[in-house]
Amino acid sequence: MYPDDLKYSKEHEWVRMNGNIAEIGVTVFAEESLGDVVFVDLPKAGTDVGQFAKFGEIESVKAVSDLFSPVGGKIVEVNAATTDSPEVVNEEPYGTGWLIKVEVADASQLDELMDSATYQATLE
Amino acid sequence: MASSVNTSVNHPYIPSTDSERAEMLDVIGVDSLDGLLGDIPVEHRHPKLDIDAGLSEQELSTVFGSIAAENASSSSGYISFLGAGSYSHYIPSTVRSILQRGEFVTAYTPYQPEAAQGTLQVGFEFQTIICQLTGMEVANAGMYDGPTAFAEACLMAARVTKRTKIGVLSTADRRLPDTLLAYSKYQGIEIVEISADATEIPDDLACVGVQSPNFFGEIEDVERLTNLAHTNGALSVVHVNPTALGMFKAPGEFDVDIVTAEGQPLGVPMAFGGPYVGLFACKKVHIRQMPGRIIGRTTDTKGRIGYALTLQTREQHIRRERATSNICTSTQLIGLMVTVYTATLGKRGMQDLANLCYQKAHYAASEINRLDGFSVESLGSGGTFFHEFVVTCPSSPSKINAVLLDKKIIGGLDISDRSDSGMLVCVTETSSKADIDKFVQALSEIGASV
Amino acid sequence: MTISANAGDIDRRLLMDRSVSGRKAFTLPESDVPAQDLPSSSFLRDDVELPEVSQLEVIRYFSVLSQLNFSIDTNFYPLGSCTMKYNPKINDELSNLPGLADIHPLQPDETVQGAIKLLKNLQDDLGEITGLPGVSLAPLAGAQGEYAGLLIARAYHNARNDSTRTVAIVPDSAHGTNPASAAMAGLEVVTVRSDDQGNVDVENLRELANVNTAVFMLTIPSTLGLFEPNILELTKIIHDVGGLVYADGANLNALLGLVKLGDLGVDICHSNLHKTFSTPHGGGGPGSGPVMVTDELAKFLPKPVSEKTDTGYVLATPEMSVGSINGFHGSFSIAARAYAYIKALGLEGLQSVSENAIISANYIQAKLRDKYDLAADRYCMHETVLSATRQKKGGVSGLDIAKRLLDFGIHAPTMYFPMIVDEALMVEPTESESKETLDHFIAVMRQIDDEVDSAPELVHEAPHDLPVTRLDEATAARKPVLRWTADL
Repeated sequence: MYPDDLKYSKEHEWVRMNGNIAEIGVTVFAEESLGDVVFVDLPKAGTDVGQFAKFGEIESVKAVSDLFSPVGGKIVEVNAATTDSPEVVNEEPYGTGWLIKVEVADASQLDELMDSATYQATLE
Repeated sequence: MASSVNTSVNHPYIPSTDSERAEMLDVIGVDSLDGLLGDIPVEHRHPKLDIDAGLSEQELSTVFGSIAAENASSSSGYISFLGAGSYSHYIPSTVRSILQRGEFVTAYTPYQPEAAQGTLQVGFEFQTIICQLTGMEVANAGMYDGPTAFAEACLMAARVTKRTKIGVLSTADRRLPDTLLAYSKYQGIEIVEISADATEIPDDLACVGVQSPNFFGEIEDVERLTNLAHTNGALSVVHVNPTALGMFKAPGEFDVDIVTAEGQPLGVPMAFGGPYVGLFACKKVHIRQMPGRIIGRTTDTKGRIGYALTLQTREQHIRRERATSNICTSTQLIGLMVTVYTATLGKRGMQDLANLCYQKAHYAASEINRLDGFSVESLGSGGTFFHEFVVTCPSSPSKINAVLLDKKIIGGLDISDRSDSGMLVCVTETSSKADIDKFVQALSEIGASV
Repeated sequence: MTISANAGDIDRRLLMDRSVSGRKAFTLPESDVPAQDLPSSSFLRDDVELPEVSQLEVIRYFSVLSQLNFSIDTNFYPLGSCTMKYNPKINDELSNLPGLADIHPLQPDETVQGAIKLLKNLQDDLGEITGLPGVSLAPLAGAQGEYAGLLIARAYHNARNDSTRTVAIVPDSAHGTNPASAAMAGLEVVTVRSDDQGNVDVENLRELANVNTAVFMLTIPSTLGLFEPNILELTKIIHDVGGLVYADGANLNALLGLVKLGDLGVDICHSNLHKTFSTPHGGGGPGSGPVMVTDELAKFLPKPVSEKTDTGYVLATPEMSVGSINGFHGSFSIAARAYAYIKALGLEGLQSVSENAIISANYIQAKLRDKYDLAADRYCMHETVLSATRQKKGGVSGLDIAKRLLDFGIHAPTMYFPMIVDEALMVEPTESESKETLDHFIAVMRQIDDEVDSAPELVHEAPHDLPVTRLDEATAARKPVLRWTADL
């Protein structure tokens, strides 16, 4: 449910690092709380985002939540699949349901995120 | 201080009897209602109210009969040439008949779609009809009225373009920018008047708001104004008359971004100003910024077709302070009236109706124009008008109207504040040739003598 | 080919699917004036796509659709905060009298004295009931009434040259329109907590109230159906910092003749005529949301306000009016219905409304509290908030219970509101319902609770017996289909 190789923010986003690119999405807790995701509002590639700043919104039938980036940097890629098939966020929140990829400016920001065990403890 | 305490009266609208109340209080575990009112400050309980005693249905009918008799209308033998945003049209028997159905009238907002497929399918038909009339891609299920729909459209344009200046053409009904002002005054919005023949506009407008037919009854050049807006990065917001759309080009043909209208002409009584329904349609690309309820088609667990409110995350009950609008209860039943009306008139009826209004209005205009001292500029302007036109009178329109009233004629609206000695006259299918001739005759007698 | 006999099947085809070229449902008279020149064809549309059906088809289509609805006329609707009471038929009849339905809003005042007098009398009655004598009937719904109230609050502070007033304090239990209206009025929304009794936390309000407070928005009784025991202290806290108190009057059905909002320190309120005053919900409107204020604030009311002068009744604009919030004078025929209702009930009838509404809600609460958690363990007013937390542990949510009620012909209560209560089910029976109806509702709720253990899938998959089962709202939002097209 909460892979060990990822880092987590308290706003229920996860980060997977590939070199200095951070792949970011929402956790199982987030997508289960929302229910069926119907729309994801993401910025354009090339936009800068600060750590813990809002970068978009995610909507289900009955709720809307802000999305906050766990790390700061330039957004280099945005997952186009979420436009036509927002349900991928529910189906594979850690896989094909990723949201944005950020070129991380300051790697030390990762230290401020939680590991899987710590994050799960916050859910109780 | 204390008036009647725990002495509920028997009334047709309140079924509980004394013994039933006693039984319920016993179950609750209190001696009397006062036992349940503990949190209400004692000194303020059971205030004296200066309200009359209740009336029987028969007495109530008499009261209302007297009230109605004090008003002048077609039912008391008056003919009227008032328009300016509320219009006299014949309402077919089908509309009144369907409105008798308590299942529509006394239903709640369709938040539980399984229990509201009637309301929802009607709303879907309403959305369809608005798209068909306006030529636009999507429509919502209705707003309060025309002017608030226009205000919401301008605010939507501001959200979409992220600009704060709204342009409104000078020929629009003042009620449009007035309502917009009330809605926008604390949102950092500036309203700018654009001259109707402007060839340039500020390059920071969120939208150009146009009314066509305009307040003076004339058709605006929507295509030109839309191009002008788009060239400057602004949206085109056009406020139309739905009856005219039976005959005149739909705004959707001109790449307009948002269309609004007053829906009252489509089967809704004038009723001293309300309730009406605001029509709202836009391009599909803007749908997430559209205010109001939207009804979508879908399927149930068995694959059967059904309808439900959709895209609800735009609305106040979910997004609260970030909602596209605070609108909650709107005008669903009026939307039903519009839907039944338009289904009844149908393709042919809407075309014939528009033509009939046009014919009678143009006849009246040309007859009035021939009178000494009166002129109708729209006749010679090279443009065209639908069913309203301005008459320039030889003297004060208000004084003329006062004399007309004695002849049981309600004249057009005195608009001399916007057009010298101007009277805005409207003629619909409800005016016969005899009515028009009587009006013209009366004007010629009044002439310059007032 | 055999046609299967399915009298229960409902034809859901849309009008355009039934349309046959050449059919019509209506004829207009021929033109009786000499033929006029048409404008150039560049102005005219080539065609308009609209249905072509017969008149019987129109009547049959809409009649069949109406039968797919629940309604007050046919079903019990215990919807909390909506006050789904009987909509008297005489009100519909009287408001449609020709002298009331056929009058134009811009007719000279002297030709509509009856209409303006009706509005003035209704203003007076509403002012008397709420204890706030300045009344405008202009707002077209509760949300417009709220917005008008906030405009008045801002105008009041502007007139005092106080530009620091930028905050609206709103309880966490508030209806969504409250913060939405506050945002429209350019006010920053600051949330005050509710305590564990469901009341506004007095100390938290004391901390939050300061010179920036423009207005405190409070629903009375609260959205939990409870009367604030500290109401006088709450309003004093706000007045002490120079702010105004706005009461959301959606729940006025609990207070008629029992207490006046004006006596409690409220400065501005709105009322929903389509709730408390019996005007029909219409499937989502039209409503009417009059705004009522103290004498001091009356000069800011939105136009028009009906007045009686020496020469007769007039529609007037208050001297510092916040302006026009819509096109004309408000929902006149809704106002006419509310006026008929008040006149039919009279003083004692109005008091009886609230008394019975309160007794009926407490009766339901008393009979269900052993099976359903209560949001607050005390007597309620006209509505009770139950929580389906126990049932949720058994795997059945408030939503499931609401849907299962539909199978019994009872509309669901208000769900998931207020947001501060888990699995909330807000039940408001109103004074219109008989004890048998209440007892039946109680029995059904108790049975559904049994079903949580004995037959949970019956509840999970409810409703079973309606024209549709649960709808795929996710697809409706992902791939919106919002109008008929030929390829549907």
